[in-house]
Amino acid sequence: MIVCERKPIPAILEHLDGRRRVVIAGCSECVTVCHAGGEKEVALLRDLLLLAREGLEIETQVLTRQCDVEFLEALDPLVKTADCVISMACGVGVQFLAERYPATWVVPAVDTRFGGGSRQAGIWEERCGFCGDCVLHLTGGVCPIIRCSKSLLNGPCGGSQGGKCEIDKETDCAWQLIHDRLEGLGRLDLLETVLPPKDWSRARDGGPRKLVREDVQV
Amino acid sequence: MNHDTSKLERLLTHGYFAVTAEVGPPQGASAAGIRHHAELLKDVSDGQNLTDNQTAIVRLSSIAAAVHVLAAGGEPIIQMTCRDRNRIAIQSDLLGAHSLGIKNLLCLTGDHQSFGNHPSARNVFDLDSIQLVKMVQDMHEPGAFQCGDAIAEEHRPRFFVGAAENPFAEPFAFRVRRLAKKVAAGARFIQTQAIFDVPKFARWMEMVRDAGLDEKVYIMGGICPAKSFGALRYMSTVPGMAVPEDLLARMKGVEKKKQKDEGVQIAVETIQALQETRGVAGVHVMAIMWEEIVPRIVEEAGLLPRPAA
Repeated sequence: MIVCERKPIPAILEHLDGRRRVVIAGCSECVTVCHAGGEKEVALLRDLLLLAREGLEIETQVLTRQCDVEFLEALDPLVKTADCVISMACGVGVQFLAERYPATWVVPAVDTRFGGGSRQAGIWEERCGFCGDCVLHLTGGVCPIIRCSKSLLNGPCGGSQGGKCEIDKETDCAWQLIHDRLEGLGRLDLLETVLPPKDWSRARDGGPRKLVREDVQV
Repeated sequence: MNHDTSKLERLLTHGYFAVTAEVGPPQGASAAGIRHHAELLKDVSDGQNLTDNQTAIVRLSSIAAAVHVLAAGGEPIIQMTCRDRNRIAIQSDLLGAHSLGIKNLLCLTGDHQSFGNHPSARNVFDLDSIQLVKMVQDMHEPGAFQCGDAIAEEHRPRFFVGAAENPFAEPFAFRVRRLAKKVAAGARFIQTQAIFDVPKFARWMEMVRDAGLDEKVYIMGGICPAKSFGALRYMSTVPGMAVPEDLLARMKGVEKKKQKDEGVQIAVETIQALQETRGVAGVHVMAIMWEEIVPRIVEEAGLLPRPAA
């Protein structure tokens, strides 16, 4: 999922830029799962904003998906009478709303942190960097692009110690994980090939990305 | 060997036990310190490493520093990390370095920027150090940029290409396999992380020899003299550094004003142990902020005078 984290209330208030008639738009997808912008968080944000600033008029709505234009229409009636939309979706949702409402002030209530998952309640970990050219078949199912602090493709740097990354003792060394997993699978030989420089043009370095699939177009 | 070869390469090829020394460029625009250190080190070492923004702290550039070393009559070894430059910038800088007469290059991954004075910087890591070695090798022979475009024969940069290895990092068993990748990519010499744990280094060298790598690459053991117990204790906390407890205790047991001498003595003993370790081709002395001590260490290790190339 796209893991998000709500911004501090003072920051959200500042984003309003003095506007008072506010719609808070939640999303039922990733931000619901990661407790950043679903139904509960929308209600909480409304209460916190009302407590923090007098004179706000706040309507709320949780959309099925903000990253899909067909579900945005449900918000139209509320936006008509508002002068500001606070999106609690990821950056995709914020932008889709901004595109739909060109005359309305649309601001984010969350920081979009990373592509990751939750292994235990309250803890989310990054797992995918959206590089567009997956190498997990070569690295034992552990991503060196996003889980190695230096995105190394040919093994651990000199800072790997005790299974941890040099940048901090809480971060696993991805290459230790890759090594251990491939060792367990009897495939350490995979690590002997010098992997060539990556084609970053499929990542964001190639410019904004777009995927077109004729087979699912209508 | 033609005149394009570096002095360091010639000495290693001829079987001399080589000595290189590290010079940290200043956090400022004056070359005076570099010239001073080049003067100090040029006759007691066969090559002088100019670090590339080490520990991610902004410093005068490695290539510019190398030009000052050349002017002072030294033998510069530029360092190039993958942290700050993409493949376009690296190749461009290397063409420039070669055009300035620089013949030795150490290819490094680079310390993460979170250690330095610009932790909010974006990092690059377009390549890793092994890919960097391969790219540099390919620019000379067969003579092509990383994209595959040919470089005219008379315009190809040629470097004596080195890389680093840390025998004390983990996974320990994998370090030698990774070294083999660096050698396969084109590394001709290796400068190791500072050695304090000589027995562990010896185990690593045994694995290096078992893999036949000492026949393919010149291994230069890293020596980092410690000025004091505090300095040694600090080094023991740096990721990837291994300082045995008994060495810490030895230093701690020496009265403060004699700790510098003890640091020199430990460095000299380590060099002598490395000279007796089969497959070790030289030493690399990293006395950052204490460059003045290098001549004494090299002399006490019995490595003076340095051979003429």
